[in-house]
Amino acid sequence: MDNEDLHIGTCSRELTQNPLRKIWIPCKNGLPEKHIFQRRVCMTNCPTLIVTVGLPARGKTYISKKLTRYLNWIGVPTKEFNVGQYRREYLKIYKSFEFFRADNEEGLKIRRQCALSALNDVRQYLTVGGGQVAVFDATNTTRDRRSTIVEFAENNGFKVFFVESVCEDPDVIAANIVQVKLGSPDYINCNTEEAVEDFMKRIECYETSYQPLDEVLDRDLSYIKVMDVGGRYLVNRVLDHIQSRIFGKCLRKFIEEQNIKDLKVWTSQMKRTIQTAEVLGVPYEQWKALNEINAGVCEEMMYEEIQESFPLEFAMRDQDKFRYRYPKGESYEDLVQRLEPVIMELERQENVLVVCHQAVMRCLLAYFLDKGAGELPYLKCPLHTVLKLTPVAYGCRVESVCLNVEAVNTHRHRPENVNVQRSTEDALQTVPAHF
Amino acid sequence: MPRELTKNRIQKIWISSKDDKTPSRRRGAGPHLANPPTVIVMVGLPARGKTYMSKKLTRYLNWIGMPTKVFNVGEYRREAVRNYSSYDFFKSDNEDAVKIRHQCALAALGDVKSYLTDEGGQVAVFDATNTTRQRRDMILDFGRSHGFKIFFIESVCDDPNVIASNIMEVKVSCPDYQDCNRMDAMLDFQKRIECYQAAYQPLDPDQYDRDRSFIKVIDVGRRFLVNRVRDHIQSKIVYYLMNIHVQPRAIYLCCHGESVDNLKGRMGGDSELSARGRKFATALAQFVELQKPRNLKVWSSQLCRSMQTAEELGVPYEQWKALNEIDTGMCEEMTYDEIKERHPEEFALRDEDKYYYRYPSGESYQDLVQRVEPVIMEMERQENVLVISHQAVMRCLLAYFLDKSAEEMPYLKCPLHTVLKLTPVAYGCKVESIFLDVEAVNTHRDRPELPLSLAGH
Repeated sequence: MDNEDLHIGTCSRELTQNPLRKIWIPCKNGLPEKHIFQRRVCMTNCPTLIVTVGLPARGKTYISKKLTRYLNWIGVPTKEFNVGQYRREYLKIYKSFEFFRADNEEGLKIRRQCALSALNDVRQYLTVGGGQVAVFDATNTTRDRRSTIVEFAENNGFKVFFVESVCEDPDVIAANIVQVKLGSPDYINCNTEEAVEDFMKRIECYETSYQPLDEVLDRDLSYIKVMDVGGRYLVNRVLDHIQSRIFGKCLRKFIEEQNIKDLKVWTSQMKRTIQTAEVLGVPYEQWKALNEINAGVCEEMMYEEIQESFPLEFAMRDQDKFRYRYPKGESYEDLVQRLEPVIMELERQENVLVVCHQAVMRCLLAYFLDKGAGELPYLKCPLHTVLKLTPVAYGCRVESVCLNVEAVNTHRHRPENVNVQRSTEDALQTVPAHF
Repeated sequence: MPRELTKNRIQKIWISSKDDKTPSRRRGAGPHLANPPTVIVMVGLPARGKTYMSKKLTRYLNWIGMPTKVFNVGEYRREAVRNYSSYDFFKSDNEDAVKIRHQCALAALGDVKSYLTDEGGQVAVFDATNTTRQRRDMILDFGRSHGFKIFFIESVCDDPNVIASNIMEVKVSCPDYQDCNRMDAMLDFQKRIECYQAAYQPLDPDQYDRDRSFIKVIDVGRRFLVNRVRDHIQSKIVYYLMNIHVQPRAIYLCCHGESVDNLKGRMGGDSELSARGRKFATALAQFVELQKPRNLKVWSSQLCRSMQTAEELGVPYEQWKALNEIDTGMCEEMTYDEIKERHPEEFALRDEDKYYYRYPSGESYQDLVQRVEPVIMEMERQENVLVISHQAVMRCLLAYFLDKSAEEMPYLKCPLHTVLKLTPVAYGCKVESIFLDVEAVNTHRDRPELPLSLAGH
């Protein structure tokens, strides 16, 4: 691409440094080798199929969505496949729980078709669609259904991991129904009472045929059985790294009570965040992992100066801001890896105030709001504005609270011209005004 | 009125002036996320791996900066009863012995209390069978009265092969059996286990222990039951226990081959291998060939000198940014002499406290530990691994495997062109040092005799 590539040719393969990511890649005959593994967080050899198991309203979709969001954030391409959605696509109109009765032959046939259709899409995603993990979100309450899935996985060379959610607490189930079922397309024309009554009957349809994962009969399957809303779990034969991470996620309590607890305040180890926290007059913890992105040789430079001294670097950053690594510095991609333990701990905590920096905040926000690598580096995180995130249903509600204290604007949009040959004017087109 | 901030000279950490005197060195690499001290209580019949897990967990927790110590009641018993005669001692109707064993448990708990309240300990591992509810309730009371959190780790295993193998590995050679032959030791120990079996009350997640925090490790990690994990440290413990295994394997650690910067005495940077460094890479490839480790995973840092070394092996390898050499910040690419000349104060501070010392705009060994932790976790999960890294990073990794303290870590010997082969054995690790017979510069600086300030510089 550029005459800026560094070549080092002393060993069997040459090493060239990718100018964007600052990563050494072996080359043969001038072409980059494909099989260089770059350890970000997780590397698996074969794709993984995560299969949820459980009666309706046990939090399966909640777990699926959250896991998917987390895995994507740490760089493992993941997608969920919700069989209920396939059913809604096929049927168009939901009449009543009768559809789910165990003796409804027509219904059974359709549900089986939907499951197979979803599995087919899973196969596409994991073989040619660039996916690494697929989350198969359905009740999967019978042993028979589960063996179909295991067979499917074996035929395609996928690893399988089951996540079963078991809950008998009627209050929790009722709360789940209210949170996410009432608003589902199935009940769009019902009032609350009708919907709840119908849904409870729907659950009953599954109950008699429910075969939970069994200590003995399922001893050769890899699974985690989550009980009591995460209060307790049983893990069977965790096979590889991805499964171990999922387990790590399931460690978190995932439905918090709304108790008013002490606010935890976290800062980075850079003076400006500490000064900010000091003003609050409460104890705070410093995390080095929250330090701002390291801009390497461009530290403390203004955009104009970077354009003057390193116009190539400046252009490449605009080309792929997520993967671009400053010379002797970091990329957003590096930041994500650095921040993972912070996210893990945030998941464990209750009320937290994190005082950090623009790039770091973008990474954290992207995790909570499920923003991809394309959007992450351009998320708006202005100074003097607090973003309050409250978990709600399957996601997060965001409130932006501007604290009405003037500050410079530090947000730079992606300019139109990202070509390395561009003019200085084009490069600095979107730089915000400053002193 | 916000407090004034001053920067601690060694760790480069901002501290508000209200914190009188120099605050105690940040123990945990990162925020202090474990507040009340925790007592980990092992539970299980003899030969179920309790001491193995106790020691390994303790090593890990200390390495990540959480002061932890094991209190093995068996050792207290050996102190009290100098000569072990036979398994009769452990019979449940042996009144005198029961009394002695109870005393030993209390003595150990007394030391746990001292460690956690007066000696700066954060976690104590109470390693004993603790197989009855009565004993566990006593410990819970003890915890409550001193404000300690209690976390149980129960090991359940009924596979006779595993148990026999455990007995062979660590019991027949223990002080109790030093005058016995192996068969006799094995027989006696099995009878000892039987003494506990009748009174054993496993943790009951459904009723009696439903509100207790614990993990049940079943069949050497085939299954786990986790109940009510309540805080950060418990969560870390559970994650760790689920990642370790007992399969035989070897871990190979080495530095990249000698680099061009090494020859010039420059630190940091991203230079290539020197001619001798390339020779080393070839020698390493031959060494790996001869060792023939099964399914060897090869890991390298993302710096050129490390990758060039890995390249020579001709096998697939993975790059980890986390394995990059310690960032010397403002001192990047300087020689020690240049640092001494241009930043004499920094040079002196580093010698004063090499573990906690952070280069200006750079890192400390303490930072390295935090950065490298995911690598350790992944190494625990793997089998045969070869890690090609750098001097400071290798010292961190080695300190973890050989249980070296923060004091010792920055002075561990990790010379160029030498491979350290680690093999897990009994409760620890065997180390073999293999020099691959290619000369290289010496990059090791011993701990200085006197602080430089006293030496008159």
